[in-house]
Formats: sequence, structure tokens, C-alpha cells
Amino acid sequence: MTALKPGVQAPDFSLSATPDQKVSLSDFRGKPVVLVFYPADWSPVCSDQLALYNELKPEFSGFEAQIIGISVDGVWCHLAFSKDRNLHFPLLTDFEPKGAVARQFGVYREKEGESERALFVIDAEGVIRWSYVSPVGVNPGADGILKALESMGKGEKTINSKD
Amino acid sequence: MSTLTQPVSEHDHTEGPADAPLTLVEYGDYQCPYCGAAYPVVKRLQKTLGKKLRFVFRNFPLTQMHPYALIAAEAAEAAALQGKFWEMHDLLFEAQALLNPEIIPSWAKRIGLNLEQFENDRKQSVVEGRIKEDRQSGIRSGVNGTPTFFINGTRDDGSPDYGSLLVALESALAQR
Repeated sequence: MTALKPGVQAPDFSLSATPDQKVSLSDFRGKPVVLVFYPADWSPVCSDQLALYNELKPEFSGFEAQIIGISVDGVWCHLAFSKDRNLHFPLLTDFEPKGAVARQFGVYREKEGESERALFVIDAEGVIRWSYVSPVGVNPGADGILKALESMGKGEKTINSKD
Repeated sequence: MSTLTQPVSEHDHTEGPADAPLTLVEYGDYQCPYCGAAYPVVKRLQKTLGKKLRFVFRNFPLTQMHPYALIAAEAAEAAALQGKFWEMHDLLFEAQALLNPEIIPSWAKRIGLNLEQFENDRKQSVVEGRIKEDRQSGIRSGVNGTPTFFINGTRDDGSPDYGSLLVALESALAQR
């Protein structure tokens, strides 16, 4: 399974963000979206990838980009985790069918039953402009995302991938 | 491979010789327990490597997770303006469990700072600007949490324990 590449239209999906609220990718058409697939909630504090993106929300907002987290955890787990980490962006639950959206994006780890640690930057028209799969034990940081958003902002046709 | 976008300069807070073959940069948060755990590790590495190591500290407060991280960073940068950055940096980590806004003035007093100047300097734009600058250089360099270490300009993705860091540093030394 390989991650969807730049140039491809991102598959639309609709997942729960809270017990009563569903969120679709197409809801965000018109602005860039940063999709953060990650294996599971509750990894070690501070060094957590999501805590970092939460901290950098002002930088992402500067590009009018919406961050969205997705893992196979259930909605109640996400709620507790989000509250604990004071997260200011939605966490979506790829719970039922398990990993279906991760599979659509080519980032589901069948054996582990969790998604890869993968990033997709999607433009205002819903096209993937940059994607990156990090080794699952390495937090990829935000520099690749920000470089991609900058390139898009400059109207560049292709974006160099993170080395 | 994530690399430092902002090279180390005289503008930085450094310990150890400028021409040391090894430079270890830490982007840290004074309220982060992992940085608290890394503090004695760095001290030990400095003892082991002596003149071969230059250590640099840059700010990366995770303000959403750690409510006192920013004021601690401001305190250290204000202490720097009176030439006592490392005294405040060390105290902040050594007494990390006690960190809160009320205790900081007594710590400033303890390390011999002029209190009036300290209180004034804490909110100066030069202090805030410094912290923002570190944050930006950290983001660009691929800082992915705290602590993030860079060895001779390359991000170290190993565990921040003494053994792992020593191996990584010695390996960087051998590559020179």
C-alpha cells in the first residue's frame, strides 16, 4: 500500500469528530487542509506530534490552513485525549469501518490495525499537493507542511518533497 | 534528514568552546518533564566530553501544554540581559517541580539579579522577540517536540538518554 501522491484529488470522506458531529473533507473546500494521520492517541506527552501542531496553529492559520487529525481511535477516546492536551483542531475517528479512510489514502497498516504516521497537504480545490509518510517512531515535525503551504501560496506548480 | 536552518552564532547562549568539534543544540521548554530529565543528561555529557563539546540552548516553549513555559523562558532571557542566562536556565530545570509565576522573582534574587531591571526586562520586546525567533528557527529546522537535539546541525532522532546521546555524539566526532 502506498500513500496517495501529489496531483491526485483527495478522496472525500465523512467521519465523526464528536459523538453528534460528522465532518467531511469537502466541508473545507476553499481553504488548504493539512490531514494528519497518526497511529493512536495517548503517545508520550510533550514529544507528541499533535501537541506540536497545536502549538503551531498560529502558523497554520497564517496560511488559512485547517489541520485535521485522524486515527482509528473511537470518538470518546478522542474527546478525552483532545481535552487532556487542550487541542484546538478536530480529531476524526476512522473507526467504523476500521481504517477505511486511511486505506483510501494508502496509509493503513494492516498488521497493526492502525494508520501510518502520514501527512497530506490538500489545496483549496481538494487536490493533494504534498504527502509524506514518516517512520512510525519518528515525529516528522512541521517544516515539511509549512514548506508545502508556502509553495502553494506562491503558486508553485510542483512542491519538492521533504528529504 | 532535518537540519538546523539557523547556524549557531555569538547571539546564542552557549557553554563550551566556540571551536569545539561537537555542537549540541537543544530546543527546550522549561516546564517540559522530558527536558527536565534531559538536563542532568546534558550536564553529564558536558563532564564526559569536556572541551570537545559546545552546548547551545534555544527556546521552544509548548505554551498550549505548559502554562508556565513562556514566563520561564522570559525569565531566562531577562537573566541573560544581566549576564546570568545559565544560572537561571540551570535553576529553572533543577527546581522544575516548583515552577510557578510567584516563585520566579525569588529565583532572580537568588542568582543575584537586579530585581527592578529583571521585572522590567521580562516583558521587553527584545525578550519576546528572542523567544519568537527561536521558535521560528526551531519550526524551520524540524523541531518535533521537546527536547529536540541537533548534533553538529543534524536533528538527533534517538532517545534523549545519556547512553544514546553519547553514542550519537561520539559517532559525529568520528565522522569529522
